[in-house]
Amino acid sequence: MRWLVNVGLLCGKELRSLVHDRVLLGLIVFAFTAGVLLVANGVKVEVSNATIAFIDEDHSALSRRMRDAVLPPYFKAAVLVDRAQALQGMDRGDYIFVVDIPPRFEADVLAGRTPAVQLRVDATAMTQAGLGTEYLNEILLAEVDDMLHAPAVVEQIPFQAASRIRFNPNSESSWFTSVMQIVTNITILSIVLVGAAVIREREHGTLEHLLVMPVSASEIAVAKIVTNGLVIFVGAMLSLWLVVHVWLGVPLAGSVTLFGACALLYLFSATALGIMLATVAPTMPQFGLLVVPVYAVAYLLSGAATPVESMPRLMQVVVRFLPTTQFVNLSQAILYRGAGLGAIMLPLLTVTVTGIVFLAFALSRFRSMLARQE
Amino acid sequence: MTGQAPHNARSAPPPGIAITGVTHRYGAVTALDDVTLDLPAGTTIGLVGPDGVGKSTLLGLIAGVRRLQSGTVRVLGADMGDRHAREGFLPRTAFMPQGLGRNLYPTLSVWENIDFFARLFGMDARARDARIQRLLDATGLAPFPDRAAGHLSGGMKQKVSLCCALVHDPDLLILDEPTTGVDPLSRQQFWTLVDQLRAERPSMTVIVSTAYMEEAERFSWLVAMDSGRVLVSDRTQHVLERTHTKSLEEAYIALLPAGRRPQEGGLAIPPYTNPGGPPAIEARHLTRRFGSFTAVSDVSFTISRGEIFGFLGSNGCGKSTTMKMLTGLLDVTSGTAELFGEQITAGDMKTRMRIGYMSQAFSLYEELTVRQNLMLQARLYRIPAAKAARMVEQSLDSFELRDCADVSPVALPLGIRQRLQLAAACINNPEILILDEPTSGVDPAARDMFWCHLIRLSREGHVTIFVSTHFMNEAARCDRISLMHRGHVLAVGTPAELVKKRGAPTLEAAFIAYLQDAEAATDAQVHPAPPHAPTRWHALVTRLAARFGGVGGGWLPRAWAFARREAVELLRDRLRLTFALVGPLILLVVAASSISFDVEGVGFTVLDHDRTTISRDLIDGFRGSAYFHELAPVADADALDRAIRNGHAQMALDIPAGFARDMEAGRRPEIGVIIDGAVPFLAANVRAYATGVLAGYATTLGRELPRQAALPITVEPRFSYNQEFRSIYAMTPGVIMLALILIPTMLTALGVVREKEVGSIVNLYASPASVGQYLMGKQAPYVALATLSYFMLVLVAVVVLGVPLKGSLLALTIGGVLFVLSATGLGLLISTFVSSQVAAIFGTSILCLIPAVNFSGLLYPASTLTGASRLVGLGFPAAWYQLISLGCFTKGLGTGSFWLMYLMLGLFAASYMLAARLLLKKQEA
Repeated sequence: MRWLVNVGLLCGKELRSLVHDRVLLGLIVFAFTAGVLLVANGVKVEVSNATIAFIDEDHSALSRRMRDAVLPPYFKAAVLVDRAQALQGMDRGDYIFVVDIPPRFEADVLAGRTPAVQLRVDATAMTQAGLGTEYLNEILLAEVDDMLHAPAVVEQIPFQAASRIRFNPNSESSWFTSVMQIVTNITILSIVLVGAAVIREREHGTLEHLLVMPVSASEIAVAKIVTNGLVIFVGAMLSLWLVVHVWLGVPLAGSVTLFGACALLYLFSATALGIMLATVAPTMPQFGLLVVPVYAVAYLLSGAATPVESMPRLMQVVVRFLPTTQFVNLSQAILYRGAGLGAIMLPLLTVTVTGIVFLAFALSRFRSMLARQE
Repeated sequence: MTGQAPHNARSAPPPGIAITGVTHRYGAVTALDDVTLDLPAGTTIGLVGPDGVGKSTLLGLIAGVRRLQSGTVRVLGADMGDRHAREGFLPRTAFMPQGLGRNLYPTLSVWENIDFFARLFGMDARARDARIQRLLDATGLAPFPDRAAGHLSGGMKQKVSLCCALVHDPDLLILDEPTTGVDPLSRQQFWTLVDQLRAERPSMTVIVSTAYMEEAERFSWLVAMDSGRVLVSDRTQHVLERTHTKSLEEAYIALLPAGRRPQEGGLAIPPYTNPGGPPAIEARHLTRRFGSFTAVSDVSFTISRGEIFGFLGSNGCGKSTTMKMLTGLLDVTSGTAELFGEQITAGDMKTRMRIGYMSQAFSLYEELTVRQNLMLQARLYRIPAAKAARMVEQSLDSFELRDCADVSPVALPLGIRQRLQLAAACINNPEILILDEPTSGVDPAARDMFWCHLIRLSREGHVTIFVSTHFMNEAARCDRISLMHRGHVLAVGTPAELVKKRGAPTLEAAFIAYLQDAEAATDAQVHPAPPHAPTRWHALVTRLAARFGGVGGGWLPRAWAFARREAVELLRDRLRLTFALVGPLILLVVAASSISFDVEGVGFTVLDHDRTTISRDLIDGFRGSAYFHELAPVADADALDRAIRNGHAQMALDIPAGFARDMEAGRRPEIGVIIDGAVPFLAANVRAYATGVLAGYATTLGRELPRQAALPITVEPRFSYNQEFRSIYAMTPGVIMLALILIPTMLTALGVVREKEVGSIVNLYASPASVGQYLMGKQAPYVALATLSYFMLVLVAVVVLGVPLKGSLLALTIGGVLFVLSATGLGLLISTFVSSQVAAIFGTSILCLIPAVNFSGLLYPASTLTGASRLVGLGFPAAWYQLISLGCFTKGLGTGSFWLMYLMLGLFAASYMLAARLLLKKQEA
């Protein structure tokens, strides 16, 4: 009971401290609004707006038709260049694809000599290169077939394949990136806000002052977790509802309540990690440098940047123990696929257990952290 | 009431300090109220008055570190309101701010600290070395040139601070409460030192503010202030004559308006009687070590219930450490400590309820108001809300805090803040009060009031009080005192006993005698260090700096002074250095070896209604593909839906009943390919692979199928730059970009805002150095560190990760250095903009991570971006460096391809620094 009262009192204090820093509040609002919008509207995770150039040595009606067939949203309008410009452009990163149509191409096609079109691909553009090549193959073939009035290849197959992409039928990138950005914001904010709050109290001597009073380390830590967690929670949920759902029009398939509950658990885990890092780094500049690789690695391995399924086998096993990865996993399950509690038990368990481990470690170091001489 | 011009101005004196009509406000609080003052040059001037009357503000204005709000201040002929005049004047002045060693850098040695100031004022190497040696000799610091400033006692810190102030031989020396919190021996030495230095240079003007009235008596001119106004400004002798008093303490009281005079009759202390029972505090052979350093060594004492026990000793002698052990904050290395006969254990709430503690530094919340702070304290001591509110009101009255009940403690002067801390410590009516230098920096009247409380608590409430102090008159009020020095107790007894034992006239003299004995004993062990011998590296750097110093009229030496200091601090901070170098490598190795876009082993399940050899053949097609991985088949549509919804399978095949039959009949049956679209990138790939597998299966069906030859053209893809199509080759250059934007920015992001929080930024305000020099100096060491980090990243990428560097290392390095310049510049810009270190860390994280990951070509090529995101990408250096990094690593390009990128990175670096330069002001408000 006493414990709860103290946590409550300390929460009030934390909230006042947080509200006090206007620049920080501004940054939080920015992260959950403009930050989410920018990423959602700007980033395309699949082949989209890919840049393409044509070297046309045929100058025929067919080569023109092929060029005109390359269309948005997959590709930007094709640019006509000579060979030197094409190579330079690829070096500069201006073109990802260069289609090279040889001389007498149309004549060869009509004569049934099966001429070859060379397609140069910048293979460093991993997200575009593989699929883009497939798409271009289809587009160019279809155009030639069309000119020859031949039935398309697909139509010659004795069955039909009806592919249905569930949950995001048009593969809208913004559905994915907006929610993933919220998750990333939650991660960074939880680690930084809570951890820095601990170090700040230590540097100002207020932590020491609290520990002389009948207040336990767990009360101090939990108050920080609860207050900062709640502020981030409110920001994230508002952002999910107003920015993602209302503004961007992303449908939320599953239960927002369930997602909220999971987010609370994840906040506990991430804020506990923040406190743990704060007990490891004695000063603010050290803490700043320590958190960067932590949140950057957590983000890159979370599945929000690249699919976990694409990682090497060993890493796929390792990342299963990271709370961030599991939270991304269950966010996708709940918000897109509308999965229920039963499907997300394991990720939920991971998030909770890691949080408890982080917090236990942090509390065990709380006092020895004060004993360190500056 | 306002000060009068001196009566007997001599003929044409040199211009002194002329202050006319100066008013200064902090928000609603008026610190100075229409002050007009004329002070003569070439004298010593004492500035006295209680806390919060505007002494520090006035000194700040004279020193030029505060922005003038109204009125004029002319110092030695220079108009402080005029920027050029002020800058021309700054080299002639020296300012030592309030607070023990506040303008010193704790990890720098004594020599390095003074050397930094000498460089700031543009002294050449020979003059510097000679001057520093002389100052160290004069101050008695000569044996410790290499000791870190953070490990010095308070008295020594102030001596170092004084050396720093005097190193450039100023015409005007401004000392803001220099002896506050310093033991009497050090205080005596400090003033002797100032007198000596003045004797050498009689023309030097010295202004000192002090809370010790007896100290002010040694100054020839006296300015007394009260409530933002000047009570008197005259020769000290005249003041005494005019008020018909013998001491300044009395004179000051006589000068106060009648209503503000303290009550007559000093403090009467009823004699102490022991109420019996076990001793309140008992320490036996207490020892505490920090590593190899013994802070407290074999300390024993017993304090009876209700006793006032004083703890005297210089700063850093172990007083605070002993007190912290008694509160349970620090663990005991050996020995025992008992409160009320019970061993102290960590986390024992029962004992904590009985203790009130007040730490040396202010340790209440600056974000809360005075009232809120007291309320929090009361509630945490488990006082019910209603009662707590009553007690807070009571406490506001008894500690005279009502006037400032609703303001933040930041705005309050030191003395009032200390009063607030005592109020907080007493709020739970503790049985033991442990007070660590509660009255440091508190004016005499407030101190008396403070002691009234203590005496009442002790004698009426039988509260045991364990207090440390530097004031001898306070020590004399204690029932017993203990003298401590370098971790050892020198003597314990009643004040009278100690005086008698030493045969000294006063307690102060007795204390000084004890200290001198102890010093003599230790000094004999310390061999005087040889004169500071510069290392070879040091000599080389100095020569280089001297050569470049000529360029730009001494612009570089000042920037170099900042850079050098920052570099030394960085080199001493091993942990930060490690994080800064290892962090990027971990990021690189983990990210480059695990981020991948190769989609393989997609789990799929089948709902086969047909169950013929034909349908099984079709499924075999998927089984045979490396892209797919078969899971257990499902029995019905519901199960299929569940498998996809729960993320069990990413793809499912739905083969209709009669598939084989319909195909045979040419009815072209439809196979359902259901794909999980939660991750669009995966979905698109899975669809393409599935289409491919199905097309491949079709070719095996024979008969009326299109043969390969039937295709009218072939498309021959050639993958450039990354023939094997391996993610690691494509990702590594990008991850290096990511590491170089995230970490160097964080390195500098705390630079300025931290100095503002700590207070050492005042060195910039008070020095003739410009903001530009300061920023360049702060940036340089981090550019060097980040460049080293860049080389390590490239080395690890090539050697450990096996990513070939196909292009020019030179081209990559030019880009790397320019990029690092931009990143550190951006960090400094963020640092000048934000108001707290927390905001600096979060701001840097968000502002760098979002554009670097999304809009700079790390995961998605920058050329595919459109609209706002394209602008964000182009407006951020990472996108430009990504082109260089990718071009050099994978495309084999050289410098010729990157002129535009170099230019843009250079522009970013320059504009960030320019913006930071414009945002950072060179004076306080």
